[in-house]
Amino acid sequence: MKSHSERTRVVIAQIVLVILSFMCMFFFYILIINSTRSHVELQKGFSFLPSTHFAKNLTNVLNDGTLPVVNGIINSLIVAACSAALSTYFSAMTAFGLYVYDFKLRKAAFTFIMAIMVMPTQVTALGFLRLITNMGMYDTVLPLIIPSIASPAVFYFMYSYMESSLPAALVEAARIDGASEFRIFNQIVIPIMKPAIAVQAIFTFVGSWNNYFIPALVLQTKKKMTLPILIATLRGADYMNFDMGKIYMMIMVAIVPIIIVYLFLSRFIIAGITLGGVKE
Amino acid sequence: MKKKTKKAKNYSNYGYLFIAPFFISFVIFSLIPLVDTIKNSFYEYYTSGLKVVGPNFIDLQNYSQILKADLLKYTGNTFVLWIAGFIPQIVIALILAAWFTDQHMKLRGRKVYEVIIYMPNLIMASAFAMLFFTLFSNSGPVNSLLQQLHITKEPIRFLASVSGTRGLIALMNFLMWFGNTTIMLMSAINGVNPELFEAANLDGCTHTQIFFRITLPMIRPILTYTLITSLIGGIQMFDVPQILTNGNGSPDRSSMTLIMLLNNYLKTKNYGMAGALSVYLFIISGILCFIVYRFINTDSSDNEAKAKAKREKRQKKIATVEGGITV
Repeated sequence: MKSHSERTRVVIAQIVLVILSFMCMFFFYILIINSTRSHVELQKGFSFLPSTHFAKNLTNVLNDGTLPVVNGIINSLIVAACSAALSTYFSAMTAFGLYVYDFKLRKAAFTFIMAIMVMPTQVTALGFLRLITNMGMYDTVLPLIIPSIASPAVFYFMYSYMESSLPAALVEAARIDGASEFRIFNQIVIPIMKPAIAVQAIFTFVGSWNNYFIPALVLQTKKKMTLPILIATLRGADYMNFDMGKIYMMIMVAIVPIIIVYLFLSRFIIAGITLGGVKE
Repeated sequence: MKKKTKKAKNYSNYGYLFIAPFFISFVIFSLIPLVDTIKNSFYEYYTSGLKVVGPNFIDLQNYSQILKADLLKYTGNTFVLWIAGFIPQIVIALILAAWFTDQHMKLRGRKVYEVIIYMPNLIMASAFAMLFFTLFSNSGPVNSLLQQLHITKEPIRFLASVSGTRGLIALMNFLMWFGNTTIMLMSAINGVNPELFEAANLDGCTHTQIFFRITLPMIRPILTYTLITSLIGGIQMFDVPQILTNGNGSPDRSSMTLIMLLNNYLKTKNYGMAGALSVYLFIISGILCFIVYRFINTDSSDNEAKAKAKREKRQKKIATVEGGITV
């Protein structure tokens, strides 16, 4: 009797999971199908089968004169890669400083970073815009990159990782061998932190790649814009006059690279989600 | 020996050097802007056409003016949009997490499902919103599919109705976040002593009893943490409604969120009002940040005593739970 109810439970669970998975994938399935269809075909109605216009839509998107998509991809790549590099390196550095050294303001600094960890960046956007305008960085990618030096959440992840994987004796031993403090950090600690750096680099990269609010306020010249801003201009433009095949292809270009990378690294990424979370 | 202690003391000050970049960057790009934002909130300072008005010091007038300018309406919108996505998200995530961690169920393909349900979390919200806009437009694929299957005759105008627009935003937020929450809750449930579940099983508890009497109480801290961080995320809601409604929160500004309003003020260079709105947001998120901070900090090594107290409290709770089961 028990095994019977158990079996029903498994069946229900499987059905629910299939429905949810379907919901997660269905929209992307339509996206992929529609990106292979021409404007005329798309006007005719819906189809579950792909057509043959994938390459044509892609070249149309990449060669669009009014929408510099190639520039957008490059800009997005630069901003995301630099942000990921800066935030992981300097967060590891900050974590190292607070983990290894027992200085007077150590506890205060740690408490402070924890307190601001989930503070939304939007609340300082006004002052931020005025500041970077005064600094001559308005309409450049620099203000989207440099502030990632201070990333409290990445710091917290690095700190937790050090607690579990960086023995204090190791730093001590390196000192006895005559290594300078910065050499210890760069040549001994960074290699140990590689797994944590990789996980956080991915998350920062994705976050930056997808970021829309601040970049849209900072970047004004079309050639400097990142992908999310270009997508938003699609919505703002006279939508009905657009080649629909191109719109789907544009969304593909923004979404699919991330999904492909994710599918290759999924186990690693999913394990990383909870590592930096609250320890229970 | 004496020399050595002196040297150790010197080392400790290296800490300042290592944390300097973080704090310098924070002061320049967050603290100074915050002070400037607060300062601006007390000034009349806006651009009208080509004319710049201000800055004139006007006390708290911006604050009272923004309250009159439908701040409450937008706060309500933001809250409705958040809660409409959050409730299904937390319910589904709890159920999935309980199934995934149930040793007796041995669900097949668990790992594959995990990968699939987390995927939408990584997707560019603005592109996702643009995709939904296209799919659910009057002549979009969803409507043509419904018509081809003869479910409706006329296209459903999703984005012309309040519930349609809000529903789509909530659906997108749900899809983007339920996988993430499931994985967080799974790790919380995995952290619970498995003997508790075994004992409950031996005592003949039903699955529902185990879920409500053991799983839920044991992961309550994580649930609260999820709730608060999700609420902070909800306050920041921008990309999805902005793109879906082209920035105007249509119909009738019913999907206009607080950050969309802030975005409008910033775009039109109304610094005074943007400042006042930012300060409101700062206060709300400050309170929420404090709650999150209390949660995380009880677990960090800096608070041994607190952590110990919490552990003891948890032990007690376990005992109570166990007592509750046998009774």
